[in-house]
Amino acid sequence: MQFISYLINGLGLGSVYAIIALGYTMVYGIAKMLNFAHGDVIMIGAYIAFFAIMNFGLPLIPAVLLAILACTVLGVVIERLAYKPLRQAPSLAVLITAIGVSYFLQNGAQLLWSSSTKVFPAVLPSGSLQIGDLSVSWLTLITIIVCVLVMAVLTLFISRTKTGRAMRACSEDKGAATLMGINVNFIISVTFAIGSGLAAIASVLLCSTYPSVYPTLGSMPGIKAFTAAVFGGIGSIPGAFLGGLLLGIIEILAKAYISTQLSDAIVFAVLIIVLLIKPTGLLGRKLSEKV
Amino acid sequence: MIEAIKGISFEVRDGEIVTLIGANGAGKTTTMHAISGLVKPAAGSITLDGTELTKIPSHRIVEMGLAQVPEGRRVFAQQTVAENLTLGAYARKDKDGIEKDMEEVYRLFPRLKERRLQMAGTLSGGEQQMLAMGRALMAKPSIVLMDEPSMGLSPLLVSEIFNIIQEINSKGTTVLLVEQNAKRALAIANRAYVLETGRITLSGTGSELAADERVRKAYLGG
Ligand SMILES: Nc1ncnc2c1ncn2[C@@H]1O[C@H](COP(=O)(O)OP(=O)(O)OP(=O)(O)O)[C@@H](O)[C@H]1O
Ligand SMILES: [Mg+2]
Repeated sequence: MQFISYLINGLGLGSVYAIIALGYTMVYGIAKMLNFAHGDVIMIGAYIAFFAIMNFGLPLIPAVLLAILACTVLGVVIERLAYKPLRQAPSLAVLITAIGVSYFLQNGAQLLWSSSTKVFPAVLPSGSLQIGDLSVSWLTLITIIVCVLVMAVLTLFISRTKTGRAMRACSEDKGAATLMGINVNFIISVTFAIGSGLAAIASVLLCSTYPSVYPTLGSMPGIKAFTAAVFGGIGSIPGAFLGGLLLGIIEILAKAYISTQLSDAIVFAVLIIVLLIKPTGLLGRKLSEKV
Repeated sequence: MIEAIKGISFEVRDGEIVTLIGANGAGKTTTMHAISGLVKPAAGSITLDGTELTKIPSHRIVEMGLAQVPEGRRVFAQQTVAENLTLGAYARKDKDGIEKDMEEVYRLFPRLKERRLQMAGTLSGGEQQMLAMGRALMAKPSIVLMDEPSMGLSPLLVSEIFNIIQEINSKGTTVLLVEQNAKRALAIANRAYVLETGRITLSGTGSELAADERVRKAYLGG
C-alpha cells in the first residue's frame, strides 16, 4: 500500500515535470534550440497567479487564465526579441542568450517583487480521497488529471489541425515548409506561446504543492523537466510525457527508499544510464542529419 | 559573400516547358531557390505575371501560383502521404477544390493512392518523387519549378516521370525544369538555357540546343 501511494505521488510530481517538459521539447522540436529561460517563465506565471489571487482577489480559474495569457505573451515576446534575431547564428550563441534571458527574468522579478518568499495561497482543494487503505490527496489527483488532459488536447491539436500539421512540417524541414506556404516565424511563435502557456499551468500546480513564490523558483523544476524531456527523447511529445512521469516516480521512490539527499543524484544517474543505452532518449527518433 | 549565380536573365512564358541544364554546381538549384524565395537575391528582379517576387515574403510566393518540387524531394518523412498532399494545399482555402485536386493527384499517381496512409519516409525513392510532384500540384500552381525530378530513378520510372511532366504541362501548367538528364529534358522542352558557373551561356529551343555541338559535347555525352 505504501508503495502504491509513493507511486501515485510520483505520478503527481511527474505530471508537473511532464507539463513543463512539453515546453522544452516542442521548442526544441521546432526551433531546434534549448530554451533555458523556460523555467523562469514558470516563475513569472507563479507571481502573476499569486498577485491575481491575493491582490486582485480573482478566483482560481480566472487567475490561472490570466497567468496563461501573461506567460503566452511573455514567451512570444522573448522569442521575438531575443531568439529571432539569432535564427542564423550558431547554436552556442542561442544557448548563451537563453541563459541570459533566464537571468534577466530572475533579476527582473527580484527588482520588481523583491527576493523575499511569498506564500502561495491554497486555492486547490485540500484533503484527500480515501480508497480503502489508500489515501490520495486531491491535489495530486487534480495534477494528474490536468496533465492527462493537457497531453490529450495537445496530441489532438498536433495530429489533427492544420496548424499542428504545419508545426510537424516545420520540425522536419523549414525550407520545404516555406515552399508549402507555411509562415515558419508564425509557427515558431505559436510553439513558444503553447509552451509558455503550459508553463503557467505548471506554475499553479507546482506552487499548490510547494507554496513558496520567489525569483529562482523556476530553476530546479526547469532543470528537472529539461532532464525529463531528454530522458523521454527531446523533440518527442509522448517522450516528454513519459519522461516527466518516470522522472517524478523515480524521484519519489529514491526519496522514500534510498535517501532524500541523494534523490536528485539518483535521478541524474538514471538519466545518464538511459542515455548511454539509448542516446536519443526513450522515445526519441534519430534525427536525420540535414544540411 | 559567395555569389552562386550572377547576372543571369531568362524568361518562362505561359504554357511552356523551359529547361535549365548545367553541370553540378552551375547554380541551377540556387536559381530555383531564388525564384521560390528560399534564398533572397542580393540584387536583381524576378517577376511573375508582373509581380515582383523578391519583395514578397517567401511563404507567400506559393499563393501567387508558383510551386516547387525541390531537389532531393524533401517530402515530410514523418507524415503520411495524404498529410503531405494536404500540406501542399496549405495556402488554399477552397475545400472542395482541394479535394478534387487530391483525387486528380491520385489519378496521376495511383501508387500514392494505394499508400496514402503510409509514412512518406517509408516510400521508395520513386514514390517519394511522385509525392513531391503531387504535393506541388496540390497548390494548384500556374507554374511549377522542378529540380532534378528524375534523379536516382530507374530508367522505367524516369520515362514515367517525364510523361507526367508533359501531362501536367498539357493541362495548362507552365513548367521550369532543371535536369541532369539533358537529353530527355531537351526533348520535351519548348525552350532551354545552359547555365555554367552562375552564368547563362546558351539559349534556344529544345531541339536547337539538342543539336548544338557544344551542348552535345558537354551534356549529351558527345
Ligand atoms: N549557402 C551556400 N553557401 C555557399 N555556397 C553555396 C551555397 N549555396 C550554393 N552554393 C554554391 O553555389 C554553387 C551552385 O550551387 P547549386 O546548388 O545552385 O548548384 P546546382 O547547379 O544545382 O548543382 P547540382 O547539379 O549538383 O544540384 C555551388 O558551387 C555551391 O557550392
Ligand atoms: Mg541542384
